[in-house]
Amino acid sequence: MSWALFTFVIATLRAATPLLLAALGGVFSERSGVVNIALEGIMLAGAWGAVYVSFLTGSAWLGLLGAIAIGVVMAGLHAIASIKYHADQVVSGTAINLLATGFTEFMLNRVWGQGGGSPKVASLPDIGPLNLIVYIAFGLAILSWVVLYRTPWGLRLRSVGEHPLAADTLGINVFKMRYAGVLLSGVLGGLAGAALSIGLLSRFVRGMSAGKGFIALAAMIFGNWNPIGAMGATLLFGAAQSLSTIFQLMGIEGIPSQFFNMIPYVLTMLILAGFVGKSVAPAADGVPYKKTT
Amino acid sequence: MLLRLEGITKRFGSLVANDHIDLEVRKGEIHALLGENGAGKTTLMNILYGLYTPDEGRIFWKDQEVKIRNPRQAIDLGIGMVHQHFMLVPVFTVAENITLGKEVARRNHLLDMKEARRQVLELSQRFGLEVNPDDRIESISVGQQQRVEILKALYRGAELLILDEPTAVLTPQEVEELGKVMKRLVADGHTIIIITHKLKEVLHLADRVTVLRRGKKIATLDAAGQSEEELARLMVGREVVLRVDKKPAEPKEVVLQVEHLHAKNDRGAPAVQDVSFQVRAGEIVGIAGVDGNGQSELIACLTGLRKPTAGRVVVNGQDVTGQSPRRIREAGVGHIPEDRQKRGLVLNFTVAENAALGNHRAFARRGVLSYQKMVDEAKRVISEFDVRPPRYDYLARSLSGGNQQKVIVGREILRNPKLLIAVQPTRGLDVGAIEFIHRNLVAERDAGRAVLLVSLELDEIMNLADRILVMYKGQVVAEVPGHEATEEKLGLLMMGGGAGA
Amino acid sequence: MPEEARWKETLKQGLRTFAVPVLATVVGLAVGILCIIVAGKDPVKAAQAFVQAVAGSPRMFGNVLVSTIPLIFTGLAVAFAYRAGLFNIGVEGQYLVAQVATVVVGVWWTPPQGFAWLHPILALAAGAVAGAIWGGIVGLLKAWKGVHEVINSIMMNWIALFLCDWLLKTYLRPDNSRASSYDLQETAWLTQGLIPGSRLHTGIWIALATAVVVWFILFKTSLGYEIRAVGYSPGAAEYGGISVAKALILTMAISGAIAGMAGSVQTMGLNHRFNETSTLVGYGFDGIAVALVGRLHPVGVCLAALLFGALDASSPLMQAMADVPKAVVSIVQGIVILFVAAESLWNFLQKRSAKKGVPAA
Repeated sequence: MSWALFTFVIATLRAATPLLLAALGGVFSERSGVVNIALEGIMLAGAWGAVYVSFLTGSAWLGLLGAIAIGVVMAGLHAIASIKYHADQVVSGTAINLLATGFTEFMLNRVWGQGGGSPKVASLPDIGPLNLIVYIAFGLAILSWVVLYRTPWGLRLRSVGEHPLAADTLGINVFKMRYAGVLLSGVLGGLAGAALSIGLLSRFVRGMSAGKGFIALAAMIFGNWNPIGAMGATLLFGAAQSLSTIFQLMGIEGIPSQFFNMIPYVLTMLILAGFVGKSVAPAADGVPYKKTT
Repeated sequence: MLLRLEGITKRFGSLVANDHIDLEVRKGEIHALLGENGAGKTTLMNILYGLYTPDEGRIFWKDQEVKIRNPRQAIDLGIGMVHQHFMLVPVFTVAENITLGKEVARRNHLLDMKEARRQVLELSQRFGLEVNPDDRIESISVGQQQRVEILKALYRGAELLILDEPTAVLTPQEVEELGKVMKRLVADGHTIIIITHKLKEVLHLADRVTVLRRGKKIATLDAAGQSEEELARLMVGREVVLRVDKKPAEPKEVVLQVEHLHAKNDRGAPAVQDVSFQVRAGEIVGIAGVDGNGQSELIACLTGLRKPTAGRVVVNGQDVTGQSPRRIREAGVGHIPEDRQKRGLVLNFTVAENAALGNHRAFARRGVLSYQKMVDEAKRVISEFDVRPPRYDYLARSLSGGNQQKVIVGREILRNPKLLIAVQPTRGLDVGAIEFIHRNLVAERDAGRAVLLVSLELDEIMNLADRILVMYKGQVVAEVPGHEATEEKLGLLMMGGGAGA
Repeated sequence: MPEEARWKETLKQGLRTFAVPVLATVVGLAVGILCIIVAGKDPVKAAQAFVQAVAGSPRMFGNVLVSTIPLIFTGLAVAFAYRAGLFNIGVEGQYLVAQVATVVVGVWWTPPQGFAWLHPILALAAGAVAGAIWGGIVGLLKAWKGVHEVINSIMMNWIALFLCDWLLKTYLRPDNSRASSYDLQETAWLTQGLIPGSRLHTGIWIALATAVVVWFILFKTSLGYEIRAVGYSPGAAEYGGISVAKALILTMAISGAIAGMAGSVQTMGLNHRFNETSTLVGYGFDGIAVALVGRLHPVGVCLAALLFGALDASSPLMQAMADVPKAVVSIVQGIVILFVAAESLWNFLQKRSAKKGVPAA
């Protein structure tokens, strides 16, 4: 019994990790006022980037940097389109997702020929029963909370997402802060992808993000745009994912696995509709800031 | 001389908001900037605070010429502004709002909210501005929010404080408090500019007052010894008023009956308080008052865009209290809205489609629209109301403000409503368009319709209305027959002066 | 106004509307060509392959149309919702539930003698209804609780995925030996082979008919007037006596129905069964690309669907003849959407009106 519990906890932590990293990215972007549904694409691109650089250099650490770099580039495109050119942020995010899908497949072909995935590459080391990236993720969650709620920079970032005009009248550069928020989400999204490919696995598989970017968004909403809340939410989602496997291992039948899979999504809808608790987005989330002269 | 503005001019398109304005403010005084809506007061102060850049003119701060390009620079100079619409983040605490942008931090880059709280409390005690640093803005009263805004400016070392319509949102007791705070600040060496349209407060609080009218400076006087009447006269002016020739009214049956209406505004505060009146067929009833005294909420209740909290609205004998806009229109009500771009027109629709707005089902049979019928109606509106360019297929957004308004006025009138509600029908229009619409409103009244006119322009009300109701703080404080109305009389009533304060 | 001047005006307006997507497509294609060159392949050969895949023979063109059919539906669905200001990313979920509904009617209901023609109609209707319900739920939540439709429709996509997977594995197939459901009875199939040799099926007529219906609804009915008013200006719509809630719900339901029809038609015309779907494929995103490039107008959508359909259909041949990977298409799509979306970018094309806002003084 305790062995099952142990396996369950490990499985939950592993499942939660990429979700958590991506959700943290979402938090920073949306707290600054920019909706970022491109997390899915950033994750995918980051996953590929990590494997590619690891493949080239043989070092998983450099792979990590590669993931971050590509995440920043993708997020940068979204940032420029949304902040500078006032693009509809949902449309822009969708475009990034498409780009990422195409780009990663394209590079998959180019570097490793046809096929669904890359060969095995150097991956991040395990510490105890868990991979390093798991510790990084949860560490970053706590760090994110501190930065967001306990530093001047965090206060300003949040002000820009709640009432950009007020921040502007106090001399805060709304555009710079929003760029920072979105680019940070690129860093974290890239890390989330790296978690998938060189953390929990050791290779890149086509389409390996499989909607996790959107689940991460749901976790962000569920967690009320708060890093610790996101942590709780991703643990919940990770648990739901692992539960079905554990149940099967334990021989508990009867509940179809698909219903477990549905839990995160149904939960999110219920929460958004206000049936279960209240989730309040940053007030200026999704609204491009235009200056009047 | 702390501050001198020389020849400040600011244009927005063809509108001259500030026309070569000179202003001098002495250190340690409370200087009031007085004027009607649209006089240019807030624009001028926004320039001073760096939110706008002037097209012409110079600013001298402590006898040195300065260029203020953004609020940061204004703050660094020592200028602080408390806006009419507060710039506070609702979900942040008082202390967070006050210190935002100039946070108190420890060496390890972490926020030191304990110290911030202490500083806030110290400031608040010094000037008698009671606040609790840990309260969230969204949960404190408007009066308290204002104190936070003032503290925000003081925290940044403001020597000059600009207060934009500070008493508009306060209760009488809070106004007293604010007066005391202002005296305290001045005693401490600060200088205050207060933007207002309230005569009583000017006389009560200010040392000197500068009057603006239509973008120009009219006069600067010592407040002591002035009367409300004199200030009102300067504010409102004696200009040549276009008088429409109209026959005396022959009012017939009651078309609109409003009984003991109560309503709240968007913030949940009472906006309409026990309002009752009637409008008869064949008369124009005008509602005069300064913006923000409940007129918008009243009209919203009459047109179905807001639900009253108590009272009745009866149109032609039909109780339409709280009904939808559709039902109210069907009861025979036409509405020329206050905001032509947000309410009156779908800017991305063509003129033809807009001519059908509010009545589009009349052009459809079994759900299928007859575009031809819509075009025919649009052509009628265009020709009878001289819409230019006369193209029904042009997008409404490409028309000038005046022509957009003509489309709205035309379509509402051509539907022969029994009651026509017109709110600010000539806002932003040139003289020709104004005259045209005025003539049409009088024609409607002569044709036996009931017309309810709400306007912030005294001229317009006095020109057109047979009976004038004055609204102040959500109530109808007076009814004045049209022929007895004068600017002074109405101006006084509108500012809460004269009968009842 | 003289007639010829009016023609010129209409032409100018039309050009202005199409300039942006055309330019964006050009940029997208340029990037695509760049990718091909970077990949070390021959762009000329790729272009040749493209042309051959599209116009090489009637059979080829027929296959282009096959790819175009679902894109017309999904593009129409997204465009229709966008007209009300709604972003329907739930197309894929609506597609899936519609497929299941179609399979149910197609497999378990047998039309009585002489009524075989009723079968595809009912199967299609079932799919449309399923899609309408799936989309309508999102619309309802938006109208009632103010929940943003983007997240909700994405959630509904995943719920649909798992729901349909469970239904498939529990009820819709005989046993675990096969990955897909029972086959539809032949009476529920759409006739294939409109162009000899190709898989082009009568779904193309249904798609085009739907485009006409959508055009009719949007521009010729009072419902369409209301929907467009709500999309442009909810404030003015409310003022004009239009029920914003009703418009939102109906729009999502209709949009869902159209997306559902995409799934139904694919099932009835091509696969004739419901295949196991382990993950979301992204039909919705194609639809978004088509809708945006088609400027939300049924005619534009059909043309854009043809373009993207051609890209899709030609990719196997481009792969075979010029070794160009399929991924290039996704990249082109992504670039096109990005450039169409960055509206401020195109401001230099439009005449800037000199009207600036007049603030309260």
